[in-house]
Amino acid sequence: MTAGARLDLVVTAATEPVPGVRCLRLAAAGGGELPGFVPGSHLVVDCGGRPNAYSLTSDGLEPTEYAISVLLVEDGAGGSRWAHERLDVGARVSARPPRSAFPPVARARRHLLVAGGIGVTPVVSHLRAARRRGQDARVLYLHRAGRGAHAADVRELAGDRAELFTDRRAFTARLDEALADQPLGAHLYLCGPAGLTDRVLAAAAARGWPASRVHTERFGPDALGPGDPFTVTLTRVGTTVAVPAGGSLLEALERAGVDVRSQCRRGVCGECRLPVTGGQPLHRDLFLSEEAKAAGDSLMPCVSRAAGPHLEVPL
Amino acid sequence: MAGTEAQPRRGFPFPFGEDRYRYSTNVEPARVPVSTAAGRWGATVVDVDGEYRRELAERARILAADPTRHAAAPHLRVAAWDAVLTLLRELAASYPASMRLSRLGAGRWRWENRLLGVVAEPVYGDDASLPAEPLRWVASQLQEDLVLLDERAGQLWVEAGVVTFAAGWSFGFDLGMSFLEIHGPVPSSVHREGVFTRAQEFIRRLQPHEPYRRTNWGMTVGRRLDTSLERYPEWAPERARILTVDDAAFGRLLHLRVEVQHLLRLPDSGAVLFLIRTYLLPLEALAAVEPWRRRTAEVLATLPAEIAEYKGLAPFRGRAVAWLRAARPGTGDPR
Repeated sequence: MTAGARLDLVVTAATEPVPGVRCLRLAAAGGGELPGFVPGSHLVVDCGGRPNAYSLTSDGLEPTEYAISVLLVEDGAGGSRWAHERLDVGARVSARPPRSAFPPVARARRHLLVAGGIGVTPVVSHLRAARRRGQDARVLYLHRAGRGAHAADVRELAGDRAELFTDRRAFTARLDEALADQPLGAHLYLCGPAGLTDRVLAAAAARGWPASRVHTERFGPDALGPGDPFTVTLTRVGTTVAVPAGGSLLEALERAGVDVRSQCRRGVCGECRLPVTGGQPLHRDLFLSEEAKAAGDSLMPCVSRAAGPHLEVPL
Repeated sequence: MAGTEAQPRRGFPFPFGEDRYRYSTNVEPARVPVSTAAGRWGATVVDVDGEYRRELAERARILAADPTRHAAAPHLRVAAWDAVLTLLRELAASYPASMRLSRLGAGRWRWENRLLGVVAEPVYGDDASLPAEPLRWVASQLQEDLVLLDERAGQLWVEAGVVTFAAGWSFGFDLGMSFLEIHGPVPSSVHREGVFTRAQEFIRRLQPHEPYRRTNWGMTVGRRLDTSLERYPEWAPERARILTVDDAAFGRLLHLRVEVQHLLRLPDSGAVLFLIRTYLLPLEALAAVEPWRRRTAEVLATLPAEIAEYKGLAPFRGRAVAWLRAARPGTGDPR
């Protein structure tokens, strides 16, 4: 499988166990095993042309199905509404292979998982792995009354090591207590709304938790989201090529029949460096120095893009 | 001196794409075949060749004599099983005529290796289902050395593996070190270019099911796979002694040593599996392939002194260049 690989999936189950949260099970359209995934991974699903990331809530070992839970975001960009309205049993959907950005730490003596609202989803896959591996995992889960997605899963997987709250004050008090009373070697994992995450981070810091023991979920571990579309003019060839969201400049040049030497295609080896004669590059590579990036006169087309609508290269 | 038998050239991963060699973060996607002047390599992550039984027997001898070539940290137990299953899948997919992996049920597998006459029924996560510690057992099924890196606090740590064919390093000594600490001995000019910090960031971004690879190279006197620091007293003196042999023996004894290294993010544990496969080709066989003869001579002649020193080539580099330049094109015979 390559970085640009796509999975063709089919919806095998769709339920709404709590209002506003659609739980989907997805299988390979052609049947058979799906790529395994690290606990806490997410799937980037093509929601009607819009790439949306959803945490996987199923077990990642030898999977034949993926499970995701989609919260309907009324004032969102429309991806979740599309998933709620269009993804019924039998519907086909395209996704990129799971990506790991919120893994459990192998050396942790204990995993303390703190979830708020739909942020419970990666926690569920952590709990599945912890149970399978015989590891010590504890959960504090805050949700609105009657809106606790996966509350039953959390109870079933963690038993008396799960504490569920619908009252924010009770949760905060218990959290403060828990942060003060963990064994050396415990790791803290947070997933929830930004406000909650910030408060827990501050509380953990105040209790002396080192940053290296505190983990928050970030979608896109590599900060390499699909990016915005732009165009690039090849001044020598005299054509203009469109670079779509989710596709790289390098791929667009190759499709246009322009031969660019490349090796890693991850912005690390330096092979595909191109001069830039117009427009502002958006650098996302590891190769160029800060000075070279600031100069803005070259870029690595395998990962980097345009900061505006247009670039010009002397090809 | 060690044996001098030639290895087939056809699958030899000739590492020089240009006439000058410099350190770089030369990673590329795995499983992309590379055509060379003599054949092809790189279609698979694991490579089984004609040396299979011999190299595995050598690994078993080394492990029996020196237990420090193998380590398995308790917190990487899940990763070890993840590595076992990943490698068995790679072997079975790459060599279906001689190796087969069948799923018996959730987490239960049957492994058949006709090349060795081995049958096993590993149960994922159950050490008792294999005759040895999982990493050590899987290292008896493939020629690659293997290292597990755990990621935490923004760094990669070498904390488990089986390494019997190290080129001038010691797995036992490096065990527990970070990726950057391990590369400390590489010349400072390479560090100044940021090669290893870039490489570490690259590895940290690796995702499962997207294996990458790179090559590395050196030179070894004799067909000696184990040039670990543990056996330094045996092989180091040969580097000077080779200057005393005649041209025919020189071409037979001096080998280009190439490592094909693969990097995989394991799909269950999230640990990084680093595979090192070592190939040795004597100069006389290398020189029989004219583009290889010419290019290797150029690379050696233009190699910066500190890299030649670091790679341990300094004692014989001059003679190797002269030998290669004098070798009759296409035959590998000097003069």
